[in-house]
Amino acid sequence: MKLSPFYVAPLSLLLLASGASAQQSQQYGPDPTLPEPQRGLLPDMTIPEPAEWGDETPTVPDGYTITAIATDLQIPRQTLVLPNGDILVAEGSGGNAPKLKPKDFIAGYIKSQGTTSVESGNRLTLLRDENGDGNYEQSVFAEDLNAPYGLALVDNNLYVANQDAVVRFDYEEGQTEASGPPEELTKLPAEINHHWTKAMTASADGEFLYVGIGSNSNITERGMAAEVNRAEVWEIDAETGLHRPYATGLRNPTALTIQPDTDQLWAVVNERDELGPDLVPDYLTTVQEGGFYGWPYSYWGQHVDPRVRPQDPDKVESAISPDYGLGSHVAPLGLAFSIPEMGDEFAEGVFIGEHGSWNRNDPVGYKVVFVPFSNGEPDGEPIDFVTGFLTDDSRTRGRPVGVTIDPDGALIIADDLTNAVWRVTYDGND
Amino acid sequence: MTATDDRTYRSGPNPFHAVMLAGTVPLFLGATLCDYAYSTSYHVQWATFASWLNIGGLIFAGFALLCAVIGFFRSSHRGAVNMIYPALLLLTWVLGFVNSLVHARDVWAMMPAGFALSIVVALLAGTAAWVGFSRLGAGGKP
Repeated sequence: MKLSPFYVAPLSLLLLASGASAQQSQQYGPDPTLPEPQRGLLPDMTIPEPAEWGDETPTVPDGYTITAIATDLQIPRQTLVLPNGDILVAEGSGGNAPKLKPKDFIAGYIKSQGTTSVESGNRLTLLRDENGDGNYEQSVFAEDLNAPYGLALVDNNLYVANQDAVVRFDYEEGQTEASGPPEELTKLPAEINHHWTKAMTASADGEFLYVGIGSNSNITERGMAAEVNRAEVWEIDAETGLHRPYATGLRNPTALTIQPDTDQLWAVVNERDELGPDLVPDYLTTVQEGGFYGWPYSYWGQHVDPRVRPQDPDKVESAISPDYGLGSHVAPLGLAFSIPEMGDEFAEGVFIGEHGSWNRNDPVGYKVVFVPFSNGEPDGEPIDFVTGFLTDDSRTRGRPVGVTIDPDGALIIADDLTNAVWRVTYDGND
Repeated sequence: MTATDDRTYRSGPNPFHAVMLAGTVPLFLGATLCDYAYSTSYHVQWATFASWLNIGGLIFAGFALLCAVIGFFRSSHRGAVNMIYPALLLLTWVLGFVNSLVHARDVWAMMPAGFALSIVVALLAGTAAWVGFSRLGAGGKP
């Protein structure tokens, strides 16, 4: 939204007072620059107002083509490419967090200006390209789910992470509609669900599912009791549903994936807000078994968050620094390892869907970036892969969420503002 | 001998004005006590209570301020001394509003500024009510 002068005047003052560090380039990589925490009387809030695409489409590098392969969806979040090339789209919106303080009413209204007004789909849509011409048919695969987000296929088991449980469908290749209601594998922490998205991926051998469970607050403002079993990645036995925390202190792990070759689990994580425009960098990281990543006591290793009481120096001491900073407030929600079919420049690395910022005067994110890898590790600054979601006058036409690689050599992007799924193909293959 | 009526001011604020003015004291005082409870217990629910009590105080103080300003302009005494009561309420309201912004910070980020402001605002509200219920606040001479 355009902020009224009532907000802009004090915000501008705060901006001047804070030196307006719009420069985020120092925040990429393993050792980002971390300024001192700061927060004026009003938090920085800029919510780009939604706009229409018209005849335009997002911008992709030369040699690539982008098309919308599905439209009029009901809040698409994550996608899964099935063995026969069909694409499943999880649609919906969850969360049941009550407003606590007076500010929640105001901030909630302002933030809602930047999101879709479409109702949560709570379903899976199947996209099928019957004749390989790039035109996909849309049909409903399953309905009556509860804010589905994470998707994983292991053999003939299709796992869906609802906001309150992991459920399992039987799946046969070529199936276009679920044969019946799913069965529950295990419940997931769902009280309040301040961060409701349950990201999921399966281990390389298919034995375990990894599920990301976001924190129940920005920084414990709903009380510590609400944070039991939150800000964790769970390892769930895909057969029995037995589970344990695999890693903790990850504020909001919004996408998980397994690295080909190494079978290592990776995550993108949304870090805390209201510490200034350049704190705290959201990150891409390997998820170490038993690792503690700081939330809520500290960020980026041992940087203590002064807002958390009581503090816990022992936990701070044990906190791991993440592998790679993506910049503060960019809100990464999608993660996928690339394949050589995506073209030489983008052959080795990860694609990351960035939903975009609210807690920053100068919006960041609102694009899909590529983080190049070499020798299996991030190496170099992120490269813009799909842009144009944010217009020059700071309005937003779309907001990327999940990204998935189609083995044929295409990147599938869910966009929960356009309510579409985009497909980026590499022309060099033709 | 002529009987004179020297009662040039009302005996006190009108009932609405009085209720609004009186309400500011327990609301701002309650906010202060909740801040104290939060600062000693770290239980964030107290900070949430404090935020809402402060908003309640602002609403009551806002109406009281409105009544005070109207009363000032309708009174026959408009000297600087008669501005003390509306000015106290105005200061209470402005600091209370700043305090609401401070209280909007997450968890301990509102401390210690929030607690300090709550104490000042509660004291100001008490003083404003004291003066407001005196002859001065009712538009009379000191």
